Amino acid sequence: MNSQERLVYMANQIARNVATQPEPQAIVAVADHIKAFWDPRMKAMILAAPEGLTPVARAAVERLRTVQ
Amino acid sequence: MTYSRQADFGTPEAHSDKAVTLTVDGRPVTVPAGTTVMRAAAEIGTAIPKLCATDSLKQFGSCRLCLVEIDGARGTPASCTTPVAEGMVVHTQTPRLQKLRKGVMELYISDHPLDCLTCAANGDCELQDQAGAVGLRDVRYGKEGATHLGQAKDQSNPYFDFDPSKCIVCSRCVRACDEVQGTLALTIEGRGFGSKVSAGLASDDFLGSECVSCGACVQACPTATLSEKSLIEIGTPERAVVTTCAYCGVGCTFRAEMRGEQLVRMVPWKDGKANRGHSCVKGRFAWGYATHKERITRPMIRASIDQPWREVSWDEAFAHAASELKRIQAKYGRRSVGGITSSRCTNEETFLVQKLIRAGFGNNNVDTCARVCHSPTGYGLKTTFGTSAGTQDFDSVMQADVILVIGANPTDGHPVFASRMKRRLRPKNGQPGARLIVVDPRRTDLVRSPHIEAAHHLPLRPGTNVAVLTAMAHTIVTEGLADEAFVRERCDWDEYQEWAEFVSRPENSPETLAAVTLVDPAELRGAARLYATGGNAAIYYGLGVTEHSQGSSTVMAIANLAMATGNIGRPGVGVNPLRGQNNVQGACDMGSFPHELSGYRHVSDPDARALFEADWGVAIDPEPGLRIPNMLDAAVDGAFKALYVQGEDILQSDPNTSHVAAGLAAMECVIVQDLFLNETANYAHIFLPGSTFLEKDGTFTNAERRIQPVRKVMEPLNGHADWEVTQLLARALGLDWNYRHPSEVMDEIARLTPSFAGVSFARLDELGSIQWPANDKAPDGTPVMHIDGFVRGKGKFVVTDYVPTDEKTGPRYPLLLTTGRILSHYNVGAQTRRTANTAWHPEDRLEIHPVDAEDRGLKDGDWVRLASRAGETSLRALVTDRVAPGVVYTTFHHPQTQANVVTTDYSDWATNCPEYKVTAVQVSPSNGPSHWQEDYEALSERARRIETAEAAE
Ligand code: SF4
Ligand code: SF4
Ligand code: SF4
Ligand code: FES
Repeated sequence: MNSQERLVYMANQIARNVATQPEPQAIVAVADHIKAFWDPRMKAMILAAPEGLTPVARAAVERLRTVQ
Repeated sequence: MTYSRQADFGTPEAHSDKAVTLTVDGRPVTVPAGTTVMRAAAEIGTAIPKLCATDSLKQFGSCRLCLVEIDGARGTPASCTTPVAEGMVVHTQTPRLQKLRKGVMELYISDHPLDCLTCAANGDCELQDQAGAVGLRDVRYGKEGATHLGQAKDQSNPYFDFDPSKCIVCSRCVRACDEVQGTLALTIEGRGFGSKVSAGLASDDFLGSECVSCGACVQACPTATLSEKSLIEIGTPERAVVTTCAYCGVGCTFRAEMRGEQLVRMVPWKDGKANRGHSCVKGRFAWGYATHKERITRPMIRASIDQPWREVSWDEAFAHAASELKRIQAKYGRRSVGGITSSRCTNEETFLVQKLIRAGFGNNNVDTCARVCHSPTGYGLKTTFGTSAGTQDFDSVMQADVILVIGANPTDGHPVFASRMKRRLRPKNGQPGARLIVVDPRRTDLVRSPHIEAAHHLPLRPGTNVAVLTAMAHTIVTEGLADEAFVRERCDWDEYQEWAEFVSRPENSPETLAAVTLVDPAELRGAARLYATGGNAAIYYGLGVTEHSQGSSTVMAIANLAMATGNIGRPGVGVNPLRGQNNVQGACDMGSFPHELSGYRHVSDPDARALFEADWGVAIDPEPGLRIPNMLDAAVDGAFKALYVQGEDILQSDPNTSHVAAGLAAMECVIVQDLFLNETANYAHIFLPGSTFLEKDGTFTNAERRIQPVRKVMEPLNGHADWEVTQLLARALGLDWNYRHPSEVMDEIARLTPSFAGVSFARLDELGSIQWPANDKAPDGTPVMHIDGFVRGKGKFVVTDYVPTDEKTGPRYPLLLTTGRILSHYNVGAQTRRTANTAWHPEDRLEIHPVDAEDRGLKDGDWVRLASRAGETSLRALVTDRVAPGVVYTTFHHPQTQANVVTTDYSDWATNCPEYKVTAVQVSPSNGPSHWQEDYEALSERARRIETAEAAE
């Protein structure tokens, strides 16, 4: 896995672990998690190339784009 | 200061609300009911002669030396077995007693070698003292006839000798091994004159026996029979300084007994609240690494890692490090550098390293070794309870009725606490002990040991902790065993209901989940019922919980279980992480994580930042920094170029070694500060020699949040304590730091961290230790947390869905590898491998079930190849049914094995804590070391060369 792939994997993994929540909350949870724990370069990388994200993770990344 | 032994009150302290007053030799004394006459006398400084009694053990009454006379009582009762009574009048010294005692002593001495002048215990021997105390001047018999003199010594243990000729058969050692340690390695063999102490079978010596070398028997022995080899070699100590063990998270306190600057022995301190006078082989004996010949004491630099090291002056090393860091930041940006704090260094040192990074480097790229062990504890307990720490003190276990141990092996990992736990698990005075539930893929020692049998052992498939805990929750909720009154009062009721609905679903029943967990549903239901209804129930967990892709979820699932059953907020219950390294708790508290300032405040919190900015006079980056695995990824990408590592060996301790190596190799400046040229130093450009815990002042914080002093007993061999090295590096970078002593660092920590507001070195000297939070509300600290409410307000239930790991077995990798540790070694073994502890664990072995071994044509002791998707290594097999079929197990103490070559870089979803505990592997016969091992061996030999310095400082 290269770094980009790993970030996508990590975002999807977070989404899978909050999947029991209703989708809107799950999206917020993933976005908040990334915001709180990822460094700026990691955030920039996932924003720049969100390919391969599952729907919830993808929506979370889009949310990050708007709130940032 | 002159040397004296710690006072011995003869018999253990009695606990009672009732006070009893008596007179001893005409002096009144008031003690709790149940106290012995011996102890009452000792309280007012009257030392009644004694041999078989000592205050760490139950009274025994065999030597008959402690006789006293009591007005109105017949005969001369033994003071160590006679309880006090109101109005009792005791005489400890009368002509009759004197005569009786002399007679007893004479018998002992007649069968004892009279080589006091050359005896190792000369001046530190209770037999000698008592002979003096009873006024023995002459020995009439024993000159002919049978004696026990001239027997062969047992010198098999690397740290202490057993000289049976000097034994007076008081059985203190036997009782210590039983009552204090709980191993029961020793017995008194034979009867009467023929009786003697034995380590098991007649053929057994100490090393070959069940003995775990904890030292409790040596401590208890009143004679020179059991003596430390170091004492025999060096002589008796002349001063003692109380300090804290630098090995594990139990945090035992010791008296470092010194002769000049030479350490004679480490003796467990009876007043230590974490260990209460007990110790394990590591803290008690394995300190020889401090003066090991491989220790590096002078700074070294090199331009690239294929060059030999060059010794330089401290000034040159700091100037070079500073110029490299500045050059790299100028070229690659402010965020291209970072650092790693140590869970082995003191709180003060850790605080300074993270300060250097946040204030000096100007970013938050700081992480700590806790990343790879307990970061999920931080995340999980903060989310559910509001604070990242265990809820109890160690004493609390004595009030537990049910003990649930999950993913922890305390007898190996936390031995002194395990002894305490065992004391609670064993029946006592006719009362049954606490009942035990063990959730672990392996049959750990605790499951079945002398006088202890787990009520339930759930041998789950590695990686299914969440499923097991959810199934337990299912049982508790659907069978109506939850404590709803507690939940309504203390937790968010809506969140509870969502959680209860989730766990109650049929797909979460033990029967359905058995397909993934492989745990017998009836056994699991039994365990859940016991936990919910057996009285005070306490959970203890370790790295078997955290080091998984669902580590954080598991911690939260544990917290859910405790809240749902009301097992939180009083003594005897709670959620207790057992920490690996000595200062993991402290490292986390001190702001070692890239997203948090000290005291667990997020860097995006403007108020918290403002506090630090005002104190430090710099701006703090509001963005979280890189975690260790992220640093390595960024390094491989070329975006992260320099790393300052204090006291950690990430190359050996972190998963997927080849990825770590690639990350380190991609950096332009790696600064390693350590005692030895560790594995990470193979990739370093600057080496700053570190100091040991014996060479500095500071504090460690143990697993029960207890802050304890570390005290300097000798000058640093390398010239500077670690905090000074960091300060000098900071100064070279232009920061105006002027700490004169670590106490000033602690004052700064207290000023900036609300939960430490009441902590200072002066307070620590006064109280001995303090459990945080310590502030105006709790000036003496906080033994049990969340008593009247959770730190976050309402306890939060979090739904934890079982998500299987992506590390899956298949035809090529059909077995699951899980990793752990053993008693005599510590972490990557850098210290313990440099001590005589190698007598017990000279190599890492692969435990494999007989069925799996036979399928592969393997015998015990064969070399095997252990391969995963990440890499392969080889080691020797140990065929045992401790592990289930399909599961293999090893430790990671030896660099030759490099167990982390095979571990993958899957990690916890919330914290990136690596999934050490589950790797799909294949095992096959092999003839010896793998390619990686050979290549690595060659590389480290090359990388460790040191050029002989021409120009001295
Ligand atoms: S060292 Fe500890 S385990 Fe060994 S015999 Fe003594 S008390 Fe028992
Ligand atoms: S070895 Fe020491 S403690 Fe044990 S019975 Fe002999 S004298 Fe007593
Ligand atoms: S290693 Fe742990 S249990 Fe052993 S003496 Fe040190 S602190 Fe105590
Ligand atoms: S000390 Fe009381 S009988 Fe030995």
